[in-house]
Amino acid sequence: MEAFFASLVSVAFHGTALGMILYVISVGLSVTMGLMGFANLAHGVFAMAGGYVLTTAISRFGAPFPLALVLAFAFVAAASVVLERLLYSRLYTASDLEQVLFTIGLIFIAVAVARFIYGTLQQPVVLPDYLKGQFALLGRDFPAYRVFIIVFSAVMVGLLWFGVERTRWGAMVRATVDNRAMAQSVGIDTKRLFTLTFALGSGLAGLGGGLGAEIIAIQPSYPFENLVYFLVVVSVGGLGSLRGPFVAALLIGIADTACKYWLPQYGAFPIYVATIAILLWRPAGLAGRHA
Amino acid sequence: MNIALETRGLCKSFGALTVADDIDFRLESGARHALIGPNGAGKTTFVNMLTGALPPSSGTIVLGGEDITAMRQAKRVKRGLGRTFQINALFRRLPVLDNVALAVAERCGVARRMLRAASAHGDVREESMELLATLGLAEDAGVRILDLPYGKQRLVEIAIALGLKPSVLLLDEPAAGVPSLESHRILQVLDNLPKHIAILIIEHDMDLVFRFAQRITVLVQGEVLVEGPPDEIARDRRVHQVYLGEQHHA
Amino acid sequence: MSAHAGGYSADPRIRWIESLPWIVAVAAFFALPEYLSLGARILIYILYALSLDLIVGYAGIVTLGHSAYFGLGAYVAGILAAKAGIGDPMVQLAAAAAAGALLGIGTGAIILRTKALTLLMLTLAITSVMLEIANKATALTGGADGLSGVIVAPIFGLFRFDIFGKTAYLYCLLALLIGWWLVRKMIYSPFGTSLTGVRENSLRMHAIGAPVYWRLVLVYTLSATIAGVAGGLITQTNQFVGLNVFSFESAGELLVMLILGGVGRIYGAFVGPVVYLIAQDLLAKQFPEYWYFGIGTMLVLVVMFARGGILGILDSILVKLRRRP
Ligand SMILES: Nc1ncnc2c1ncn2[C@@H]1O[C@H](COP(=O)(O)OP(=O)(O)OP(=O)(O)O)[C@@H](O)[C@H]1O
Ligand SMILES: [Mg+2]
Repeated sequence: MEAFFASLVSVAFHGTALGMILYVISVGLSVTMGLMGFANLAHGVFAMAGGYVLTTAISRFGAPFPLALVLAFAFVAAASVVLERLLYSRLYTASDLEQVLFTIGLIFIAVAVARFIYGTLQQPVVLPDYLKGQFALLGRDFPAYRVFIIVFSAVMVGLLWFGVERTRWGAMVRATVDNRAMAQSVGIDTKRLFTLTFALGSGLAGLGGGLGAEIIAIQPSYPFENLVYFLVVVSVGGLGSLRGPFVAALLIGIADTACKYWLPQYGAFPIYVATIAILLWRPAGLAGRHA
Repeated sequence: MNIALETRGLCKSFGALTVADDIDFRLESGARHALIGPNGAGKTTFVNMLTGALPPSSGTIVLGGEDITAMRQAKRVKRGLGRTFQINALFRRLPVLDNVALAVAERCGVARRMLRAASAHGDVREESMELLATLGLAEDAGVRILDLPYGKQRLVEIAIALGLKPSVLLLDEPAAGVPSLESHRILQVLDNLPKHIAILIIEHDMDLVFRFAQRITVLVQGEVLVEGPPDEIARDRRVHQVYLGEQHHA
Repeated sequence: MSAHAGGYSADPRIRWIESLPWIVAVAAFFALPEYLSLGARILIYILYALSLDLIVGYAGIVTLGHSAYFGLGAYVAGILAAKAGIGDPMVQLAAAAAAGALLGIGTGAIILRTKALTLLMLTLAITSVMLEIANKATALTGGADGLSGVIVAPIFGLFRFDIFGKTAYLYCLLALLIGWWLVRKMIYSPFGTSLTGVRENSLRMHAIGAPVYWRLVLVYTLSATIAGVAGGLITQTNQFVGLNVFSFESAGELLVMLILGGVGRIYGAFVGPVVYLIAQDLLAKQFPEYWYFGIGTMLVLVVMFARGGILGILDSILVKLRRRP
């Protein structure tokens, strides 16, 4: 009984850490898809890039961990602005098929570039001493780094939600997700809003990729292998929503960890089946609006 | 007079916004009926509910004596309900002929066949060509919608609906945004429609409305404000207020 | 449109230029005997791409999960041959087709109620489920090691699959010929025209009383059936099945081939696999990084500048040439 309880706590803990990472990575995808209606399958590329920036900054340039995190965010956000202005923005009115193909193209390119620079091996994450070891809580030991992931992500999520609820930018985003034509007609500069939001969402993905590099391994096929997870979070959560994907990410993080722990013989099968069931029950996702 | 289409207590809201509020409405067979009202009054929404594109929040819809409230869109079409769209809903990369032939083929029940070529269905082709000829579009049969001027696109919009040989036809602002030369043409087409078809037209152009309609319903904020023959509507003070009020804002 | 769009004014007769692929295929058989296994692979991928074109190009269903049906067909044929001892290629193929059809109608009936991202997501999820099943049901599928020992008896008891791949090549060519004929017929039919109607404007199709959902389920099922056959063929010619038939990369690659050739024009599904697979054969092994980089760049460029693919570019060149006196 005690052993079962211990594994329950452990699954909940590790699942929450994974869920937090999934959320930080995917939330940008949810907002940009809701905002611009862009089927951006290449979102995982930004997360992967964040992971590479972090690991490179630490192991090659000896950057301290916090700085490496900031760099992962800033570098990816900046790169995404260039991509958005040069490429994405030309395809906002294109068909789903074209957007899908274009972003698959980006994935192929990113995979090739990553392989070219870093080879196919997974990047090791060098943690600072203060994040190594265990953290004692309620008479149990938890890996300190995972605790850090959960706390840090929670702070980021809090900041993000505060930003969307309370700032002018957030109000504009919400208005535009609701009704783009209306937002334009009241004078919101949707073009700038798109760029800014895209950069923030991609930056967060970069941050999540870096932060989670120890959980979701950084290697060239990252954008392909994890695409399904990011898309599951967004579609189960509901496009354009902030809270829906949060619930979805935690659900998936915990469910995935639980499956690996208790039902390894089924692999990710239960997750996919649950996803299909949820989408059939609510095609627009948990928080999606029903027309 | 026979009732072709009727609604009882029809309601629709989008969240807190009520767009149809207890609408009781009757369209007699062979009627020339206009539905007017300011922007956002809920006219298009009303049509969408009639055709089954939108489910009403409550109320019933009766077509030819049969309750069709829960009926699928396709079945309503088979029962003779046809419509046009305020914003063109055409098959843009297909030629004009195919735009109409698709509708004709659906009506004749040949659209699901896959053994013979489409162009081997001479009856569908001919009927579509005849229809295009009556609308003055015969020469454009091979032109893709993309390459067609807007005024003619509006005519195709009507042609598709006519290809269904409807007994009740709902026209959502057929002449909106059309240059006067072609809007004249559209008027002509409307005048020449077979007399037995019951027509409900939504229109902002009052000249057209008063020329065409024998009965007018005024919808304001989802509610029927008043209904009656044109001369009564023209004299109604409330209608004047609504329209003058609107002009005032504009 | 010079593309094969079907429709009520399109002449359905086969034009002389449409015999070109078959002439090339037969010529290749005699001229390039050492490349017949690559040739058979190309023929199979053409059939597979053709099935995808039917739903993506004509009906406008965007899917990332077509490999579910291809992979199922491949495994069904493989399991029959390696585990059930049923060696008859026709039986294997029929089973692969039936499996594709069943999965197609079952999943299609579910996912085609949704659209856009949800639909895309569901197609991905279904393929992922199939991949997980194939991965974990090791007793049947061999799991990550794949399924070897696929034995294919002579066709009709007469034509043995030889080590040079001659029989396999002709066998695949025949299958493709039949598949092409069926797809072409469908595209030129009223049914095919109504599919393009759905692609162009499903709102309007509903308004003219078309049972849009059922049409889509039907075409999806047909497409899945053809994909199942293509999967069966790949197993029979390789005498092996691996998990990669279900991978996202392979579904992505197929889309790339189709897009490269040109979507919604039948022969795009011919040109794409030929160019892609030959280029892959020449380049991919030596320069894997450059290969993926090239594919990605090409996709981006095609979407940005040449949405009709190779055939679209040829079309516009022809149009320009004709305009000159
Ligand atoms: N799907 C929807 N979700 C939310 N609100 C909607 C939806 N469709 C329409 N509305 C709102 O319902 C109201 C009525 O719209 P509707 O299009 O029926 O008006 P209308 O009378 O046709 O106006 P117009 O003369 O401009 O065509 C408008 O305020 C519109 O914004
Ligand atoms: Mg309207």
